[in-house]
Amino acid sequence: MGKVVLVTGAARQLGGRFIRRIRRDPDIDRVIGVDAVPPEHHLGGAEFLRADIRQPTIARVLAETGVDTVVHMDINGTPLGSRGGRTAVKETNVIGTMQLLGACQKAPNVQRLVIKSSASVYGSAPKDPAVFTETTPPKSLPSGGFAKDVVEIEGYVRGFARRRPDVAVCVLRFANILGPCADSPLAEYFSLPVWPTVLGYDPRLQFVHEDDAIEVLRIASAEARRGTLNSGTFNIAGDGVLLLSQISRRLGRPTLPLFLPTVTWAGTALRAIGVTDFSPEQIRMLTHGRVVETTQMRETLGFHPQYTTGETFAEFARSRGPGLLPPECLARTVDKLAGVLPAR
Amino acid sequence: MADAKVIPFGEEPRARRKARRAERAGQGAALAPVPEARSEPEEPAARRRPSTGRSLDEKIAGGLAFLRRRITGDYEVDDFGYDEELTDQVLMSLLRPFYEKYFRAEVKGVENIPSDGGALIVANHSGTLPLDGLMLQVAVHDHHPAERHLRLLAADLVFVLPVINELARKAGHTLACAEDAQRLLERGEVVGVMPEGFKGIGKPFADRYKLQRFGRGGFVSTALKAGVPIVPCSIVGAEEIYPMIGNAKTLARVLGLPYFPLTPTFPWLGPLGAVPLPTKWTIQFGEPISTEGYPPEAADDPMLMFNLTDQVRETIQHTLYKLLVQRRSVFF
Repeated sequence: MGKVVLVTGAARQLGGRFIRRIRRDPDIDRVIGVDAVPPEHHLGGAEFLRADIRQPTIARVLAETGVDTVVHMDINGTPLGSRGGRTAVKETNVIGTMQLLGACQKAPNVQRLVIKSSASVYGSAPKDPAVFTETTPPKSLPSGGFAKDVVEIEGYVRGFARRRPDVAVCVLRFANILGPCADSPLAEYFSLPVWPTVLGYDPRLQFVHEDDAIEVLRIASAEARRGTLNSGTFNIAGDGVLLLSQISRRLGRPTLPLFLPTVTWAGTALRAIGVTDFSPEQIRMLTHGRVVETTQMRETLGFHPQYTTGETFAEFARSRGPGLLPPECLARTVDKLAGVLPAR
Repeated sequence: MADAKVIPFGEEPRARRKARRAERAGQGAALAPVPEARSEPEEPAARRRPSTGRSLDEKIAGGLAFLRRRITGDYEVDDFGYDEELTDQVLMSLLRPFYEKYFRAEVKGVENIPSDGGALIVANHSGTLPLDGLMLQVAVHDHHPAERHLRLLAADLVFVLPVINELARKAGHTLACAEDAQRLLERGEVVGVMPEGFKGIGKPFADRYKLQRFGRGGFVSTALKAGVPIVPCSIVGAEEIYPMIGNAKTLARVLGLPYFPLTPTFPWLGPLGAVPLPTKWTIQFGEPISTEGYPPEAADDPMLMFNLTDQVRETIQHTLYKLLVQRRSVFF
């Protein structure tokens, strides 16, 4: 008997790519994509069921299809498309997860649960250690926004794991996922022509490439390979660290340093007129930065990302085109200067 | 208690003191040429590249290459945000005049820091502003034969303050917590810690060179877990840069600072009062204390931790008194 995989969040780009990827897997018989709206992209022949995970219908879907692996990817920081605001996102994140977990608990066939969580669960504070491991307790719990959703979701997932010890639960805490089609608040921020930054702070950031994100989700949703263990909580991030000042130079987008209170105020104003979802959590991340330890990912999960943080960012920069101050131009200017000076 | 320790030096028989002084002079003579001999071949090669042994054109080319890398973001930082290139080329060059010309720091026993692998340097802390940490970093960077980079552990206040936190991270400092210290030590870095913390740096001038309590001694268990030696370090001269004669506690509380110093010049002379006094500094690294012989569970033995902490503390305190006896004057 082959496997039946249910994927939530199929209407998102990442969900769609993941479904198309596991569709090609010979061990998997059936892939069912679930979302509240029909996807605009094709799903590579996978079935699509239009079901809102906030509704109890999801339990019926699980019971009728005999799903054995659930990949919960409908945990997002931004609304899909233009509809719905933060309230709808929060409901899908938290209530959706509760409903889905309730349904999984009632479904005897379910053997494996994969949660696409986020490293925002650690928050960002100046008093935190420089590098978070999976066991680091956050110094200050996120007060709201997506990060708080993630904290609550992980709490419910732990409760579920206690009640259903026979189900292998894998929580993947992703650093910022970037890629050509990423739709995260951070990607939106990076496409601003001039970046407002916090004066006197230079956050450290880590990125995961979309391809790596899909690969690690696939590893987590399949049977564990020899010598690895794919249940538990894992930080997922590319190697290396980039500073915000560094990536602004690499992307050629100038920064506009502002005082912290001004940034908070500007963020609120921008959110009010709906330009960007610049939540307080996002501002904290862009103030203090966040770096996670990935030893567990390598040694226990046995996943080695293909892209480093720097390569992921270079890929992303290529897809976005040059900014106002392309690094090549600046480099040429310096080279010209170097050519002029010794001649003198 | 601390006074009692000073007395033996004064009461030592004169003959022995003389003998010791001769021995010390001999030591000094033996030690002094070593850094010179070491720095001669290295200086043009790697360190102080812009200042010696190169023509103006080369300097300009080097500067432009540096500028090119900086403005295009083509440089690397580690997990802690340490920017080695910026530290070596810019931050150290800014601190070096203070170290060489202003405080005329003299370094002794730098060979006690191992050339490779991790080590934990434990130093006394003083001077109202943490200039001693920065000077210690210059001392290790400029004088150690293997050009080791000191990674300092700093108070959380450093990482709350804008601009300062950015510079501290880029200079390789990180938060003084067991997780960060252990991670750095396991990577084989030289880590510097000042366990007295605010108690040491913000103590009144009357208490100068009296070591304060060494926190809870967490640094010892971290060194033990990482299996690295502890190098005690005594810094003389930093106590007198800002003689703190008073502490405006209410103002400090309002500003959210651990103390608000009142010195003979600050805040009465405004920014001019914040200029440190040009004292003469001596930085002495002591014999490393090995932590290798202990079993792994020793890190959980509080009695052993207290004993080792005391041993490190006593070593630093005794060296401080010795250096003070040798010192001719505060300023020369």
